[in-house]
Amino acid sequence: MSFLAGAGMTGGYGGPDIIRGCTIEAEPGRVAVIVGPNGAGKSTAMKAIFGMVQLREGTVELDGEDITRLSPQERVRKGMGFVPQERNVFTTMTVQENLEMGAYIREAGAAADTMAQVFDLFPILKERRRQIAGELSGGQRQQVAIGRALMTEPRLLMLDEPTAGVSPVVMDDLFDRILEIRATGIAILMVEQNAAQALSIADRGYVLVTGENRYTDTGEALLSDPEVRRSFLGG
Amino acid sequence: MSDVANALVLLTNFVIVPGVAYGSQLALGALGVTLVFGILRFANFSHGDVMAFGTMVVLLTTWWFQGMDVGIAPLPTALLALPFGIVAAAAFNLSADRLVFRFYRRRKSPPVILLIASIGVMFALQGIVRFIIGPDDRRLADGARFLIKASEFKEATGLKEGLAIKLSQGLTVAVTAIAVTALFWFLHRTRAGKAMRAYSDNEDLALLSGVNPDRVVFYAWLIAGTLAAVAGTMYGIDKSFKPFTYFQILLPIFAAAILGGIGNPLGAVAGGFIVALSETAVTYAYKKFLRYLVPESWEPSGLMQLLSTDYKLAISFLILVVVLLVRPTGIFRGRVLT
Repeated sequence: MSFLAGAGMTGGYGGPDIIRGCTIEAEPGRVAVIVGPNGAGKSTAMKAIFGMVQLREGTVELDGEDITRLSPQERVRKGMGFVPQERNVFTTMTVQENLEMGAYIREAGAAADTMAQVFDLFPILKERRRQIAGELSGGQRQQVAIGRALMTEPRLLMLDEPTAGVSPVVMDDLFDRILEIRATGIAILMVEQNAAQALSIADRGYVLVTGENRYTDTGEALLSDPEVRRSFLGG
Repeated sequence: MSDVANALVLLTNFVIVPGVAYGSQLALGALGVTLVFGILRFANFSHGDVMAFGTMVVLLTTWWFQGMDVGIAPLPTALLALPFGIVAAAAFNLSADRLVFRFYRRRKSPPVILLIASIGVMFALQGIVRFIIGPDDRRLADGARFLIKASEFKEATGLKEGLAIKLSQGLTVAVTAIAVTALFWFLHRTRAGKAMRAYSDNEDLALLSGVNPDRVVFYAWLIAGTLAAVAGTMYGIDKSFKPFTYFQILLPIFAAAILGGIGNPLGAVAGGFIVALSETAVTYAYKKFLRYLVPESWEPSGLMQLLSTDYKLAISFLILVVVLLVRPTGIFRGRVLT
């Protein structure tokens, strides 16, 4: 049984089902990546795991516990950290306040160590901690967003397209940081538009097409699969 | 040289001092409106009458104190009664939320529906206030009248023009300074205050961070009620208490909140002072002021008043229209009213 297991997930936003019988798993200290063409239901699958999409069928289990009926807020308390794709920082608050808000559910004072760890991981944030988050560059904002999610000390970190709209250099940097986070033993699940780069750091890759699992394998194997390359990675 | 000094004293006495006192009152009112907007995302039209309601309770309590010969002279007795008004206004806001606004919030009604509902609350509250205390104009101030008397000022400086500062004006500015400082301290230094700012900034992300929305809404109404009672009482001490004027003052309060950028507390304070000073500056007759500064032959024949004081409210309206046309987000880039 995997640490995180979304099994046979079927559901959508009230209209037709966006994902159908979708299965996604993640393990501690491993990176799982969901890729696929536009409209394949990648983000929906991740939102379903986080409880932002109502499931008609299927279950979500975290560490052996059925969390299918829990609200997103309750899942945060269970140890899930979620970084939305857009509007993922408090733009009118300082970097430090953003991180403090991430630790809001934790006891006051317990977060100081975690903040030091986040500053170790993202040194630029320490430098900019009194700056308003809305004034930061796209890449720095993403760091704030990931740092905020890490402040809850999650056991599972979920990232919805963390590299959307950042330059290739910043993207490489963000992937490096994600590998550093993986090294701390956190389970990581992310949705990525930049499929080839994402699969190259993935321990497990899920290729979704029209809301269904099409290919599931290690990132390396998917990258070298000629059929996957031809259909989804542009040759 | 003394002509210039006289002119400046004249201007301070008739434009700056009353403008700053009135600006403080508007700032307090606009803070309440902007806070409710920042958290609940609708323009709360009942705010002016919540001010009247809180002030009414202060007035009733003041009479009760005066009847018992309890006072804090030379300060007005109303200041002692203010906590009662604060409790009443906050309690009213929380009950209005429980009875009216919560229903629409849970249904996720669009802001315009909540706005209309707040107009309903406003009418109901106007009825309550008139039923209890009536529509008449009443005096709220007692105790000493002046902080600085015009005659004393003239004696001390030897100038022809006097500067008078009423105790109520000094008190208004002091109380506003304390209230605004306390509010900003709360919003920036406490956990609950930061949660409110986070909620106002990005509701979804605040919920993901574990912020309890009911708690945030509770604080917003509580603080808005407190600010309303303080603003209303200060206005009442400075001028007088007449329920209808508290409905009228809603226009300059909204102008101030929108000018500063609605949802932005700092903007509300700045907006309050700009609107108030514009009102006093535009409706002041500059004839005497100019007589000090220009040669006798240039002396103006008219009053040199840009607008009659009867049109005071039109200035707020004009500011409102211009801001909405030119810069709908306000000076400090608040949210756009939708």
